[in-house]
Amino acid sequence: MIADNPGVGGLRFMRLGMLILACGMLFGVIGGFQFLFPEFLQELLFTKTRPLHVSMVVSWIFLIAIGGIYYYLPRQCNLNLYSSRAVSWHFWGFLITGLAIMACYLTGKFGGREYFEFPPVLSIPIFLTWLLFGVNYFNTVRQDKEPWPVYYWMWGTGIVFFFITYTEAHLWLIPYFRDNMVREIMVQWKSYGALTGSWNMLVYGTALYIATRISGNDYYARSKLAFSLYFLGLFNLMFGWAHHTYLVPSDTWIRTFAYFVSMTELLIFGKIIWDWRSSLEDWQINRHCNAYRFLFAADIWVFINLALALIISVPAFNLFTHGTHITVAHAMGSTIGINTMILLASIFYVIREELPSEVHAGCSKQLRIGFWTANISLGVFFAALVLAGVGKGMYDGASFQEMMLGIRPFLFAFTISGVALMIGLWIVLWHGYRLIGVIIARSTSAAEATMPLADSDHLQSVPE
Amino acid sequence: MLQRNFGDRAINKRAIFGTLSVAFVIYTAQVYTSGTDSRHSPSISDEARYGQQVFQDKNCIACHQFYGLGGYMGPDLTNVISNYSEAYARAFIMNGTVRMPNFDLSLEETDALIAYLSFVDHTGTYPPEDYDVLWNGAVAQADDPE
Repeated sequence: MIADNPGVGGLRFMRLGMLILACGMLFGVIGGFQFLFPEFLQELLFTKTRPLHVSMVVSWIFLIAIGGIYYYLPRQCNLNLYSSRAVSWHFWGFLITGLAIMACYLTGKFGGREYFEFPPVLSIPIFLTWLLFGVNYFNTVRQDKEPWPVYYWMWGTGIVFFFITYTEAHLWLIPYFRDNMVREIMVQWKSYGALTGSWNMLVYGTALYIATRISGNDYYARSKLAFSLYFLGLFNLMFGWAHHTYLVPSDTWIRTFAYFVSMTELLIFGKIIWDWRSSLEDWQINRHCNAYRFLFAADIWVFINLALALIISVPAFNLFTHGTHITVAHAMGSTIGINTMILLASIFYVIREELPSEVHAGCSKQLRIGFWTANISLGVFFAALVLAGVGKGMYDGASFQEMMLGIRPFLFAFTISGVALMIGLWIVLWHGYRLIGVIIARSTSAAEATMPLADSDHLQSVPE
Repeated sequence: MLQRNFGDRAINKRAIFGTLSVAFVIYTAQVYTSGTDSRHSPSISDEARYGQQVFQDKNCIACHQFYGLGGYMGPDLTNVISNYSEAYARAFIMNGTVRMPNFDLSLEETDALIAYLSFVDHTGTYPPEDYDVLWNGAVAQADDPE
């Protein structure tokens, strides 16, 4: 099955991503305990654990999505990567920059803004490696002369909008933005909203790709419905960010427009309900497939998170939920329940494609335990955050400490379920990491085995 | 015929993508300019600008919020100066609490941080006190630009 090396670079991205998620969750759990016991692990302040956790879990999303694209294009889409060497440079650039950022956080060298707290100079290699990725991607898919399926569009859109939004996230360096508090906050959150939209394009593109491959039917990925939903997603990516900033005193039209844009997601919500019965039937057929199982879990989390997102996007409700843990439930519920489940589906789809079933049959029970532990604990985690948010929403501003004391039971449930979530995902990641390692080893040895043959062919062709 | 259908569809996609992109550029320009011309936009002093840098260097946003945006370990600081006082904020910064470590800031850094918090305090009110909920669920605040 594995005859050559194409796609192995992508698998290395995936392995690194799994390692980073495992570490990132550990920092998240440490941060959870610091919420409950502020003196816990004082050497590693919350000001360090939070950016370490956030940066690592966001890196996981990018690494698996990028790894999937580098793997799927040459291995399954019959396209030669424009430059395999650029994949290596991208990998090492990502790894070295990531290590530098981690070192900055651990030593307390900050200087940037929320979510990009590292010294801004480290954004330069991030831009450059992303440029390599963009050039490689577009020059590769250009070879496909047929009309592109929707996932090519989604991946391309994700790449382009990462550039735009990441640039926007650094506009605070210019005094015109920095010196006006409202403008700075608005532009900052405009960039974050669209940046999330850009990685969602990469992740949802991956989900559509896998669903297409599992069903064996490419029709949906080229259908008008798929493109309509893609353009709806793009519309939301561009204009739907301002529900984060309803309470920042900006022009009213910005939030009214964002409110309208957010409500267009009701169409997606309705589509999920409409497709519910057929989704259940597909589940019955494919429930033994690990990749499908994760995709199905993502479907349920899309429904739950979209419902919450729609509620908090109504400004009258947002008055109550803004700045509370309900926003955290929305953010973490989406990144874990939707993005992580889809990315795990991508990993286990690759494993199913590359390894004979007997290689991974032995771990199916453990994978099931990991899957259910992760999803059930995520349910508790999500509910605890919503309840803590309700508690904070009722806070009248009198005593912050009293409010924190009042929501402590929910924060306790949040932290304990966070530990269970981490353990569940660790089990899944361990098997994913191990099996992707087997694929890389087999692929590399298969490629090496063909090299002497090539050499001997060459020797035979040399005239005596 | 098949070729032509594919061609037509490609033109439509490009047209939609192009229209959205143009709208995005115009919208972004509005957000960068008049959309964020705050009703209260005090000019920032050099000291407050230095305080802004201290705020970032210590990663205060990991625990605190402005306008409800940021971390959840500590309270929102948008109006900490007018709701309490400079002396109140200074006492917390210089001594820390159970939840907040003492960062051992110099007097110059502490003054700068207070200047920055005072600057933020003048940019608006959070949570909003004077607002109207419209029939469609939208909210208009007294602090919004006219």
